[in-house]
Amino acid sequence: MNTSIDLVMVCLVLSNLMLVGSSRIAVCIRFVALQGVLLGLLPLALHHWLLAGASIAIKGTVFPWLLFRAMREANVRREVEPYVGFSTSLMIGVAALGISSWIASRLPPLAPSISPMILPVALFTMITGLFLIVSRRQALTQVIGYLALENGVFAFGLGLVREAPVIVEMGILLDIFVAVFVMGITIFHISREFDQIDTEQLTALKDTPS
Amino acid sequence: MNLTLALFLVPAVAGLAAFAIRSNRVLRFLLVGTAVVHSGLTAAGWVYPAAPVFGGWVHLDDLGRLFLSLTSALFLAASVYAVGYLRREAPGRQTDVEEGFLFMNAPEATFVGCLLLFLSTMTLVSASQHFGLLWIAVEATTLASAPLIYYHRHHRSLEATWKYLLICSVGIALALLGNFLLTVAATPLFRNESALLLGSLVKDAVLLDPRWLKAAFIFFLVGYGTKMGLAPMHTWLPDAHSEAPSVVSALLSGALLNNALLGILRAHNVCVAAGPGMKAFSSDLLVLFGLVSMAVAAVFILKQMDFKRMLAYSSVEHMGILALGIGLGGSAVFGAVLHAINHSLTKAMLFFAAGNILAVYRTKSIQDVRGLLRVLPATGTLWLMGFFAITGSPPFGTFFSELMILKGALDAGRTFVAVAYLALLALIFIGMAASFLRMAQGTAPKPIIRTGECLSAIVPPAVLVAATLVLGLYVPPPLLALLRRLAQWLGGA
Repeated sequence: MNTSIDLVMVCLVLSNLMLVGSSRIAVCIRFVALQGVLLGLLPLALHHWLLAGASIAIKGTVFPWLLFRAMREANVRREVEPYVGFSTSLMIGVAALGISSWIASRLPPLAPSISPMILPVALFTMITGLFLIVSRRQALTQVIGYLALENGVFAFGLGLVREAPVIVEMGILLDIFVAVFVMGITIFHISREFDQIDTEQLTALKDTPS
Repeated sequence: MNLTLALFLVPAVAGLAAFAIRSNRVLRFLLVGTAVVHSGLTAAGWVYPAAPVFGGWVHLDDLGRLFLSLTSALFLAASVYAVGYLRREAPGRQTDVEEGFLFMNAPEATFVGCLLLFLSTMTLVSASQHFGLLWIAVEATTLASAPLIYYHRHHRSLEATWKYLLICSVGIALALLGNFLLTVAATPLFRNESALLLGSLVKDAVLLDPRWLKAAFIFFLVGYGTKMGLAPMHTWLPDAHSEAPSVVSALLSGALLNNALLGILRAHNVCVAAGPGMKAFSSDLLVLFGLVSMAVAAVFILKQMDFKRMLAYSSVEHMGILALGIGLGGSAVFGAVLHAINHSLTKAMLFFAAGNILAVYRTKSIQDVRGLLRVLPATGTLWLMGFFAITGSPPFGTFFSELMILKGALDAGRTFVAVAYLALLALIFIGMAASFLRMAQGTAPKPIIRTGECLSAIVPPAVLVAATLVLGLYVPPPLLALLRRLAQWLGGA
């Protein structure tokens, strides 16, 4: 059991590195979905069948379907010219991994969690998500960053909280689902309005008179 | 049926039904009708308090009921205003006031449906006694209100909607982390289950692990603070408020920001109960964020060219004042809770008036609006009264509540905070006076098509400003007792 949990942790770390290093949006969508499925497997270790099933169904199938649809509608394939280049991003990713491990080692000791690696991995996933949101220009990649952030928070909760009320977890899942749905619709409108979903276009609103 | 549940379900069902209704007349009737029923039920809740439901997860305590009453009253005013607004927004293509291109409005069914769902989610925020449920409700308010900002379907409102969605969702994701950290802090309490119920957390707060509780509070403050518009997480706020229809801006400023504040107050409440060390920690953070928000707002108000953005920054300022008041403790907490009421009433009223100005002058630029008092006598008068109310001039309620906060700062011996508070208030007064007075006086620069002022555009703001005025002259004894109780509950005196 422990080996398989450790394997999941390693896969999560690798998927984060893929997210920051890849320019192809399809790859990013697949890897963030993979993260969702891997995280959905973890509650199985705690015997939460319902939560695991719902989480895998939504994060593993519904989100990729929605995001691929938005990708086709908006007709974007790649993240072109992000604010931070891909090799630099990858290096920042590796540095973030180091920082996450350091922070996790300095946190006060916890009650036994499902894996000692869950804390650094959760922090790393959150930092990856935040980094994607600020360093990428395509609205779609920012949504992927938001999902990675949520995955990180979710992993954190799994690692720390033995028995979260299932109803709360389901509510959170529902909220995230609606959030992605609404963001997908917004992306569709952005692509129709601007013929692209580069958020560099979204700079009309500011305080200085133009 | 339980009253609290009814308060949540009535607008939810009406909101879902609105999406299926095609007739605009029926939609408007549904909107106002639901608002009347909701405010009636809220008022009934004061007389016949409902029992907690779902094992105490959903329950309106005093603080929740006060905030819900504000939300409900503002929603009623907004629904009346919205009827006139929707009538004015003729169907078909519209000309943009700033750049002159053509655009469409969102279907009225979507607008009314989302408004009602927005009310329903805000009701759930007020009634949540469980931190997990509170989080779900706050995120739901974001999702229900995002389509409202995109009512005018053009690129600027789209940009505002995108920023609102993304920034608030990310902020609220951090608040979720705060939830998990709070659960960790509460492990000594609940060996077997993690019940994040406010009541039990406050009762056994001294047993919470202080290190994790501190971490949890930071994430709650940053997370819900994003939604509340505390600087430097406020960046979505001016864009959303300036691009949304005025009736939506009024609800965002007057009701939604308060609901986000409620999330922070719940967390602060646990910290206050956890002992003097934790109380000092959370209070100092609130004071810091409060002063930073006021300072940022002052800078942007002084050089503001757009009157709706000016009102938005004024909301950042007042959220800062609220955080500051709560953080200072003592009599300032009393002042802050009273100020939350005053600010909601005044700011909603100002956004209604701004909507009237925008409809006639067809510009948001402060430079291009002159002679309000002559062109729109009623709106112009309301605009001036709103200016005096929002800057905390006597005899409006805001003067009294801002004075209480100042007294709290001086009582606590925090002279620096008191001086900074006064200086920032003075700066903001100057910045707003220059714009508001200029807009009210003089003669209109170009021929303005006078459409006349309809009652639905005048009565809601007039009632709200009258309420602020009354609160400045006389606070009814039951409200006074309630405010004292709440202030004590939140660690004040």
